[in-house]
Amino acid sequence: MTAELSSFVSGWQAGWPAFLVGLTAFAVMFADLVSDGKDRDGLVIVGLIGLGITAAFSVSAWFGTGDPGGFQNTLRADRFGLFFTVVICAAAALTLLMSVEYLREHDLPAGDYHALVLLSTCGMVFMALANDLIVVFISLEVMSVGVYVLSGMLRGDKRSIEAAMKYFLLGAFASGFLLYGIAFFYGATGTTQLDGIAQVLARDGVGPMALLGIVLVTVGFGFKVALVPFQGWTPDVYEGAPTPVTAFMAVGVKAAAFAALVRVFATSLEAAAVDWTGILQVLAVLTMSVGNVAAIAQRSVKRMLAYSSIAHAGYALVGLVANSAEGGSAVLYYLAAYTAMNVGAFAVLIALGRRGEPNDDLDAMAGVGLRQPILGLSMTVFMLALAGFPPTAGFAGKFYLFSAAIDAGHVTLAIIGVLNSLVSVYYYLGVIVQMYMVEGTLVPVSPRSRPWLLWVIFASVVATFWLGVLPSGPMDAARAAFASLG
Amino acid sequence: MGLLSFVTWSPLIGAVLLALLPREPVRGVRRAALVFSLIPFVASLVMLARFQTGVADFQMVERLAWIPSWGIGYELGIDGISLFLVVLTTFLVPIVMLNAWGDVHKHVKEYFAFMLVLETGMIGALLALDLFLFYVFWEVMLVPMYFLIGLWGGEQRVYATMKFVLFTMAGSLLMLVAILYGAWQVKVATGAFGFSYEAFAALQLPLREQLLLFAAFGLAFAIKVPLFPLHTWLPDAHTQAPTGGSVILAGVMLKMGTYGFLRFAMPLFPAAVAEATPWIVWLSAIGIVYGALVATVQPDMKRLVAYSSVSHLGFVMLGMFALTPTAVAGSVYQMLNHGLSTGGLFLMVGMVYERRHTRKIADYGGLWAVVPRYAAVFLVVMFASAGLPGLNGFIGEFLVLVGTFPVHPWATAVATSGVILGALYLLWMYQRVIFGPVTHEENRKLTDLSPREVVVIAPVIAMCVFMGVYPRPFLERMQPSIDRVIARVQAASAAQAPPTVVADAAGETR
Repeated sequence: MTAELSSFVSGWQAGWPAFLVGLTAFAVMFADLVSDGKDRDGLVIVGLIGLGITAAFSVSAWFGTGDPGGFQNTLRADRFGLFFTVVICAAAALTLLMSVEYLREHDLPAGDYHALVLLSTCGMVFMALANDLIVVFISLEVMSVGVYVLSGMLRGDKRSIEAAMKYFLLGAFASGFLLYGIAFFYGATGTTQLDGIAQVLARDGVGPMALLGIVLVTVGFGFKVALVPFQGWTPDVYEGAPTPVTAFMAVGVKAAAFAALVRVFATSLEAAAVDWTGILQVLAVLTMSVGNVAAIAQRSVKRMLAYSSIAHAGYALVGLVANSAEGGSAVLYYLAAYTAMNVGAFAVLIALGRRGEPNDDLDAMAGVGLRQPILGLSMTVFMLALAGFPPTAGFAGKFYLFSAAIDAGHVTLAIIGVLNSLVSVYYYLGVIVQMYMVEGTLVPVSPRSRPWLLWVIFASVVATFWLGVLPSGPMDAARAAFASLG
Repeated sequence: MGLLSFVTWSPLIGAVLLALLPREPVRGVRRAALVFSLIPFVASLVMLARFQTGVADFQMVERLAWIPSWGIGYELGIDGISLFLVVLTTFLVPIVMLNAWGDVHKHVKEYFAFMLVLETGMIGALLALDLFLFYVFWEVMLVPMYFLIGLWGGEQRVYATMKFVLFTMAGSLLMLVAILYGAWQVKVATGAFGFSYEAFAALQLPLREQLLLFAAFGLAFAIKVPLFPLHTWLPDAHTQAPTGGSVILAGVMLKMGTYGFLRFAMPLFPAAVAEATPWIVWLSAIGIVYGALVATVQPDMKRLVAYSSVSHLGFVMLGMFALTPTAVAGSVYQMLNHGLSTGGLFLMVGMVYERRHTRKIADYGGLWAVVPRYAAVFLVVMFASAGLPGLNGFIGEFLVLVGTFPVHPWATAVATSGVILGALYLLWMYQRVIFGPVTHEENRKLTDLSPREVVVIAPVIAMCVFMGVYPRPFLERMQPSIDRVIARVQAASAAQAPPTVVADAAGETR
């Protein structure tokens, strides 16, 4: 081993969380091979064990004291990365769990599916750890390729194929923008490492080239987290993709992309804060408002959740605009909260679906609350949480974000955010109206027993209330995570 | 668990237990619900007995750290202003529960469970001494009421319930921003976020900021009251709500608005009060007359009572902003009165609606001959609402008008005409419904009040009479806390004037 190589891999434990997820993906593939594709539940259990080990490893590394950097500091397993690793692992585990019955009912190949989810998760975890723009780019691609395939998995469904095509083509464009932006950063600073960029920018100031880099990188990330005006693909892709994949995109992809976004902006672009907070402020207002207003008009719950996820990205951006320790931690906390409540909402949507029939139409939800009390009650909790009613995760999250915004002097932004919440109340409550206050026209079917799915819903309800009623612990964790950034 | 926590949370625990009970038999569910609602009532009576008369400050305070990094605590306390409102809440809920035996037939368990959740929200909002905690309870109240109207309401229930929620949220979300801003100001002043009532009270904000914060809080409260012209959600919500929902809405939830002014908006931002007073006084006076006039022409009894609430709450607001001890005491007293008498009116309308399934005044007439007991009870409740001497309404309105006249003579004059109009529309409704010949054959078959219904309405009547002839035990418990609020507001408006004078003097000497 040459000295160069050994210095490169020194601190290789920094990549462990991602390696573990990658290994899990291969373990699932292998298990699929040995079991002849018959033991679907076994595959999920393998995946869950792998994700559990990763999360446990991350928690133990959280309390470790060593240098978090590795691979010449291109990866950093600091508390920020570990926080997101846990959130992403939770999102992936819930996705696997809620897919079991869905895959069976839609005759989808379980081995490929689970392996793809895990590979994509591996990319996400890399993204959370990435401390170098090139690594950000590569992990973004690893993550995306998996999701491109997953969104087109319902091969008999035109909408699913369209979703995959659309997501792939536009995703490729976005990657181009991101790469272009990275190139400008390299041109401006001579490095792609985040702390290196920070040093050069702090020394030399922000020139036009770096500014162009910021704009292009913002476009690239903006596409992935669906910021307006780069959100156009979201409703169609969310609607066409298999519902568990939609949930995975809404929480996993979003959390990972936000992880990279926050790290890039908070670590390397401190010197340019004046420039990008202005840009992001405009994007936040647009994203919240367009997402919420468009969501009102939707008749499909899946599309409504797609637009609402755009709006939620806008709320999260408010924390970044605050550009403070509180704001950054609020983004982290909000993404964790959003994961809990949104996964739950999609899980209920899956539970209400029947093969060959639209499960996402608002009209189809009429009377559900009284026919299927557990699902109805859970959906009510998730809708109220997404709308921001206390004492749920959604309220605590928004409270944190808006208080950070006010703390940073952005009172107007907080007011715009709050008014947007009011708009969102209308369509979230619309679902509840439909479930409880409209007589069902569809012939009631006896609800199928879907134990795996029920576990997801149960876990999401518990997490939604936990994060809302006792937010202190997770908030402290989010604060510690953000503080670990350079 | 302290006594106040017990009063707050026992309904919620009851709701959870109720949810776990089997749906059938309905009778068992009803009895359990009644018992669960009597527990907080008894607890609140213990609280009443332990309350020390003559103390202005908060009593029985409970404090726990909740979200320490933000300075958010779980803090409960009670003073003379919230004391009777809490008791009114725990008093009305069992009555509503018992009344629902007759008129709620679908999803019985859920109805009672929502009612108990609502009770926890209302009591919590009345007892919270931390603004974050207050906001949580304030919002939590909305959800069960949303379901109560939306699931058990009339034809237009979905429209009414959405309007109710959106109006209320519009106000309360701006209040949320104001609370956050206040907590930030606490941070500026002390170095750490703080949401406790005391931390807010200690803030010394310039007039402009006080005005903005007062406006944000005030909008939330004014929508809830509802102050003219923010009242439009109320007739819809009331008309569509089931009887129990209307009783609680009128009896307690509207008071959350007036209580909010007296507890938060006025003492926390006292310098703004003087600026806002002319506006609020005149809007209240207009509301009194407008509500009464609109009530006069309503063909629907429930809508009539709903508009009468707009009018009655105008008195409460007027008295509060007069800021004289008499007027504010009258307005707090009037909050209780309105809860009793309007709650009673809704109960009476509900009872006849159960029998005939119409609330149109024109569909009735000559009920005295058919249901004399009902007519007699209705008469007392109606007089209580109209403010007949000897009944509770009189004391409240009298104190408000006497206390307000020296400060705002013209507005008082306008408001007084509302008293006359109030008597007019109530008597006229009573006359058309109860007196005269029986005009509709269906009405001949109406049955008189059942023993259960007598039990429902008797406590309301008893309290109306008691409060009408012996107000002292109420007033002497309220007065110290009321005086403290007035002193605080007046000290601030006095402090607002001198600095300019001092500055001028300083400028001249230099």
